[in-house]
Amino acid sequence: MSDEMKHSDELAHSGHGDDHGHGAVALHDDPFADPGLPEHHVRLTDIDEKAAKRAERQVAILFAISALSAIGFCVAYTEIPINKIYDFFPLGQVGASNLVLGALLGLSLFSMGAGAVYWARTLMTDVEFPQERHHLESDPVTKAEAIAEFQQGVADSGFTSRPLIRRTLIGAMAVLPLPALWILRDLGPLPQQALRSTAWTAGELIINDNTVSLDGTTGQGIKPADITIGSLVSARPQAALSAGDDFNDMMIKSAILLVRMDPADIHSQQERDWGVDGIVAFSKICTHVGCPVSLYEQQTHHMLCPCHQSTFDLTNDGRVIFGPAARSLPQLPITVNSDGYLVAVSDFTVPVGPSFWERG
Amino acid sequence: MTTENPSVTPYTGTPTTPAGKVGDYLDQRLGIAGAAKKNLRKIFPDHWSFMLGEICLYSFIILLLSGIFLTFFFTPSMNEVTYNGSYTPLDGIKMSEAYASTLNISFDVRGGLLMRQIHHWAALVFVMAITVHMLRIFFTGAFRKPRELNWLIGFGLFVLALLEGFAGYSLPDDLLSGTGLRIADGVILSIPIVGTYVSFFLFGGQFPGTMIVQRLFTIHILLVPGLILGLITAHLILVFYQKHTQWAGPGRNEKNVVGLPLMPVYMAKAGGFFFLVFGVIAAVGGMVSINPVWLYGPYVPNQLTAGSQPDWYIGFLEGALRMMPNVEWNFWGHTLSLNVLIPAAIVPGILFTGLAVYPFIEAWVTGDKREHHILDRPRNMPTRTGIGVAGCTFYAILWFNGANDIIATHFHLSLESITWTCRVLVFVGPVFAFWVTRRICFGLQRADRDKVLHGREAGIIVRSPEGEFSEIHAPLSDGDRYKLTSHEVHRPLTLTEVTDSNGVPAPRVRRAKLRAKATEWYFGERIEKATEEEYHESITGGHH
Repeated sequence: MSDEMKHSDELAHSGHGDDHGHGAVALHDDPFADPGLPEHHVRLTDIDEKAAKRAERQVAILFAISALSAIGFCVAYTEIPINKIYDFFPLGQVGASNLVLGALLGLSLFSMGAGAVYWARTLMTDVEFPQERHHLESDPVTKAEAIAEFQQGVADSGFTSRPLIRRTLIGAMAVLPLPALWILRDLGPLPQQALRSTAWTAGELIINDNTVSLDGTTGQGIKPADITIGSLVSARPQAALSAGDDFNDMMIKSAILLVRMDPADIHSQQERDWGVDGIVAFSKICTHVGCPVSLYEQQTHHMLCPCHQSTFDLTNDGRVIFGPAARSLPQLPITVNSDGYLVAVSDFTVPVGPSFWERG
Repeated sequence: MTTENPSVTPYTGTPTTPAGKVGDYLDQRLGIAGAAKKNLRKIFPDHWSFMLGEICLYSFIILLLSGIFLTFFFTPSMNEVTYNGSYTPLDGIKMSEAYASTLNISFDVRGGLLMRQIHHWAALVFVMAITVHMLRIFFTGAFRKPRELNWLIGFGLFVLALLEGFAGYSLPDDLLSGTGLRIADGVILSIPIVGTYVSFFLFGGQFPGTMIVQRLFTIHILLVPGLILGLITAHLILVFYQKHTQWAGPGRNEKNVVGLPLMPVYMAKAGGFFFLVFGVIAAVGGMVSINPVWLYGPYVPNQLTAGSQPDWYIGFLEGALRMMPNVEWNFWGHTLSLNVLIPAAIVPGILFTGLAVYPFIEAWVTGDKREHHILDRPRNMPTRTGIGVAGCTFYAILWFNGANDIIATHFHLSLESITWTCRVLVFVGPVFAFWVTRRICFGLQRADRDKVLHGREAGIIVRSPEGEFSEIHAPLSDGDRYKLTSHEVHRPLTLTEVTDSNGVPAPRVRRAKLRAKATEWYFGERIEKATEEEYHESITGGHH
């Protein structure tokens, strides 16, 4: 370790601040000399052949467990029916196939790893020794040679001496990515007015979500008497029943909630006018980032969005009273048609859902 | 100590063993002996914290293996089908092919659910391991010259891992993932000028449309993993080429690396560790349910259950969205949704940019242009450690608020008061954390200094003939004493350009003044190391 000691003499250095050598290794002003690498402590397996043999057997057992578990995995794969449910304490009701396959695969992999690591720790060398770090920065001669080669290359190309070529090349390179951008144009249509209108039109029948059939093609309208005070009904436009593949695109804007309150509880005259005997319809799509609002507080008539907790006051034009949403929940004006069913008077008067740049 | 051994006689014979024959065959065609000589016995230092990066690599390999299996059965399509598979509660329900094929993998493909759960658990471990590995690099100063570029590569991997995780989470088209996409769409719509267009182009029209699953599929299985694979390769090549950092200790310095050879020790240890990680994730995948999409149902825009949570690494964004007050500007016929833009884009943008450029900021503040291969103990760089803990605190408060509804219902607290507490804490918390951390660091440095001068407490109480009780302090070994004193005590830079402003353009003076302030803030307060004289004084003067 004699050159290690010499090395630490070189480390005696107290330079701080801006004058640090460029690319030099860090030099410390160490008050105590480096005593060099500590002595190696021998392990039992290094000196006792019996202990080494025992370690060897232990490693072999781990590898054997690994192999057996792998075979067990294959057997379990074919033997356990995929839909078999067992009651495994303490996991409860679990799919047997998944549990056993996972356990055996895990055991097989883990014992393989444990065997290898144990082998390394008991029987392979644990004598630490140093290796020199090579200097990352090139020596000045190599640097100079590289620069010369580069400059020769530049000179040979005429890149600097022929500005016309250089400038047109740079210009062309700047324009070349344009087709890559342009070709993405057909990824989607332009927004145009798509976010401004919904499926609601004058006279559109309001369909109770709870009455809609499994295939989504039939459902029933709502009469005012169907809704008691304090109850909440999720609803959709009749058009949604025949929307087919466009169903989600339609519902993302047209889903509504109906709530019936005592008309005296409603603070806004417009809100009362847009409803029927205290039944009011609001967009179900949160004005923050568009989750469906669905947590209704019956006593206060507050509507909470479960995503980010924007809270809207349904007695007061759907105003925001807490949370990150900035705009009121849009109200859908409704009335009763000649058959006594609730229908829309018109579309929403403002865009529903999250804000967007063009919204205004 | 050296890799070249002059006593070796040149190899001229013909190989006899199978390994020798393969090696000789390859060497005649590829000349691999040179690379083998250099690398087979390459030394790697040993420390538990160096395994964190390995977990990242191994969980990525597990993701590739389980992901390939899943692609054999998954249908990345939003075409509507009527489900009639083994899971009877959803029998007859209309759903996308993506969701139906996910149910099929879970209930009708043997080992399919196991692979799905291994894939999801491995993804959570992947992002977690990257995060912790990155914190390790940060707090030990391993990002310093010459490793700044590898820090940037690692940062890129971190961002890609978040993106990759979110894309994968969105593929099954279940109610939860669809809601996640809806939130992402709401965030995209908040981007000024181009937001609406980006949303329509990404989703192929209005959200949700019928294109997003197949597009995310390509992003999830080709584009992002391809980039990750490329960057991981570059990351590892640099680790190999620049050699690993090491902790300070006797015999270790900036010019060497002390440890055990790649072959056989690290081949066995690191190779074995891959199987350990895989084994644990496989067992967890078999025993612990994750993302049971069959319970959520297919995505429909008008349904959602309370208490929905994203995967853990999206939680900080969710918390930021929940925390932001409702500021929105309307002007000239346009809407600027600061209530969405700030928490979802600007705050994470600042946080992530700060993370990426930190090595360059610190290098500018310290004026240090030297190479560093010995790691800093976090206590010896109090300001850096304080900044790091402040950043973690900021992130943790956002993350905590992402679960404000769960916390409110579990602990019977008011949601509003949790949110308001977090709104205050997100500003106060990091400042407080910075201050406390720095104090703790200085305290630990003083303790180290004491240990060097007076030794370690031996736990033996003696009574002197005069009746005085005192504890015996055992002196440290030379090695331990060296270890505790070999770090560098930085001093603020002395900058001449600040005072000498004649002829120096104004911006440069301002920058220099800022730098002087920063360097004073970093290193103005410091604990000097124990000197040899103090040490001799303490051992000759007796101990108290």
